[in-house]
Order: sequence, then structure tokens, then C-alpha cells
Amino acid sequence: MKFLGLVIVCLTGGLLLYGSMDLPDWGDPASPASTHLSDYYIEHIVEETQVPNLVTAVLADYRGYDTMFETAVVFCAGLACFLLLRDFRPGKNRYYRHIPTGVMLHFKNPDTRMIPGNEFEHMDRDWVPSDIIIKTVCRILIPFIQIYALYVVAHGDFSPGGGFQGGVIFGSSLILMAISYNLKTLLKRVTEKFLSIFAATGVLIYVGLGVLAVIMGGQFLDYGMLAPLVPWDPGHVRALGMLGVEIGVGIAVMAVMVIIYVNIVSEGRHDEGL
Amino acid sequence: MNELLALIVAKYNFWLYIILMMIGLYAMIAKNNLMKKLVGMNIFQTAIILFYVSIGYKHGATLPIIQGGHGTHDAVIHAADYINPLPHVLMLTAIVVSVATFGVAMALCVKIYQRYQTLEEDELRIRLSEK
Repeated sequence: MKFLGLVIVCLTGGLLLYGSMDLPDWGDPASPASTHLSDYYIEHIVEETQVPNLVTAVLADYRGYDTMFETAVVFCAGLACFLLLRDFRPGKNRYYRHIPTGVMLHFKNPDTRMIPGNEFEHMDRDWVPSDIIIKTVCRILIPFIQIYALYVVAHGDFSPGGGFQGGVIFGSSLILMAISYNLKTLLKRVTEKFLSIFAATGVLIYVGLGVLAVIMGGQFLDYGMLAPLVPWDPGHVRALGMLGVEIGVGIAVMAVMVIIYVNIVSEGRHDEGL
Repeated sequence: MNELLALIVAKYNFWLYIILMMIGLYAMIAKNNLMKKLVGMNIFQTAIILFYVSIGYKHGATLPIIQGGHGTHDAVIHAADYINPLPHVLMLTAIVVSVATFGVAMALCVKIYQRYQTLEEDELRIRLSEK
């Protein structure tokens, strides 16, 4: 099988290399990909949408449907992870740790339980003591990562940035918290309910802006129709509509990243993972 | 020989991506472990993403963000001054979808491991035929 695979791979690679002879040179401005549609985008985008960031303008305006269903795909992926893995059975065994001494208590009867306080804390079988250096560094870093994520989302339409990138940065800051502390610390602050509502809200904001444009008498996702709702500067309504859409995308992506991580690392038990 | 060398230099991006893509394809065909197959799929996707982004590049062009585009803008915009935004847009969404599909695939792997206690394909086949 290995040898056969190698032969197939070499054949495919050879054919592709042979086919690449007809492709345009590296960085050729006259290549077919750069001469037809993209020229129109570059030359007309500012007068049509008032957005200087071409990538965002194409993403959220010219190809708005594509991005909307892309967000729906991401939402469905989060949903699929949840439905495949989430485990609602209560844990049979309970573990407690005496904080000053580090002694572990193991209760086999699920009915007996302790109230975790200053002396004892509830923990899991796979518990690993967290390192104080990693904890401290991450505690200082995480707020700055989150502010940077919000900055990236807010710059979606005027300079490099956007909802997908900002959402992923924000989600990874939450994942960093789960890695450096433990999963319970994250889920105490960002509950499962909160994440699910956020994932759905993000998609709702995107679709809602499109429907709002229909209600205002335009086409689906035609942000220019929102002008009567915005009391200032009608020239920038399209840019503001795109910003709203990017915020929706950012919220959905952030929530789904954390949902996928939390469900996979703990096999759906939400107690302790990596 | 010199002609071939000139050809490779002009299109070295495609050569690199095809080699990367073939590494991913080989991992998907020949590896026995499902996780390794997934890693191969991710390498393959990354090669495609790099391929698209390299198509968007133009010599002597800058980022696809219009300079002085804030507020009123009267100067004529030349398409040759900015790199092609379309491949970037397509790949931006493709990256996110690849992460999402990777998450679903890993969830399936976790489920398979919980049920059959293995991720090796030949062992899986034996366990499947037992039941």
C-alpha cells in the first residue's frame, strides 16, 4: 500500500508539475487572474462602497452571500462538535484536593459530596498542577490579546483586520486561559450557555442586517438601504453595514472556536481536558 | 538545462506548493492512523491556500487597501498598484472553514476512539468485522 501510494503521489505530482508549465509566472501583473474581475473591484470599490479595505469590501459586500453561508458553516461545525461529543452523564467519582497539603480525596459514592471552599477544591482525575510562571504570564497577556482582537474587528473596513481574524484571536485568548489555568476556570467565566447564545447571535446579526435591508425596501444584504436608520453621514452607511456584519462574524467565530476546543479536549464531559 | 532552470525560477511558487500538496496526499493515502491522515489533509489544504495567495501577487504592487481612501478620494486608482484581493477573500473564508472541518473531524476521531479504543485503520477493520 505504501509503495502504491508513493507511485500514485509521484504520478500526480509529475502531472501537476507538467501542468504548471502553462500557468502564469510568479507575480506577473498580466496573469489572467489579475486582469478581469479583480481590476473592476480595485478601481470601483471606493466610489461604490466607501470602504478602502478591498478584502473586506469584496468579502462582505460583493460576495456577501458567500460569507453569510461561510458563517453558517462555522456555526454548524460548532453544533456538530457539540452534538457528537457532549456528554451529559454525571461523573461517577468525585475528586477533591486539600489545597495546603495537596492530599487528594476520592469519593466513590456519587451522592456524598463536599462543598469546595478555601480548604478543599473540586478537581478531576486527570488534574495536572498548573505552573505559577505560566499562569502569571498568561494572566498578564490575556487582556491585551483580547483588546488587540477587538481592535482587529473594529478595523475591519478601514485598515487590515476583519471579523474572522479578530474572532479567532479572541477565541484563542480564551483557549489560552483554558490551557494555562484549567478548563473549569474558563467555563466558570464563559459558560456553555453564553457560548451557544453568542454563536447563534453572530449568525443572527449577519442575517438580520440582510433582512433589515429587505424590510427597508432594498435587496438582501444591500447595506445602502439602511441609511434612514443611521442619523449621521449617509455616505458611510455601506461601511457601517459591513462593520456590523464583521462584528457578527467575529462573535460567531469566537464562540465556535471555544465550543470546538472545549468539547474536543474534555471528550464532551467539560470537566478537565488538556 | 538553462531553459529548464529559467522555467523553474519563473514558477518556483507552483513547484513548492505542488511538493507540499504531494506530502499531504501521501500522508492521506499511506498512513494508517486516522490522526495522521487528518494532519495530511491539513497540509494539503495549506498548500492550496498558499497556491491561491500566490496567484494574487503582482510585482510592484502593494496591499489591497486603498491609500488615502479615508474620506473623500478623487485620485484615479490604478489596478496595477494593488495586489489582487479576490484570492485573499476566498482563502480568508477557506482558512476558517478548514479549521471548522478539522474540528468536526477530530470530534469524529474522539468518538471512534471511545467506541473502538483505536485509531489505526487495520485494527478498526478487525473490530468492525467482529461485531
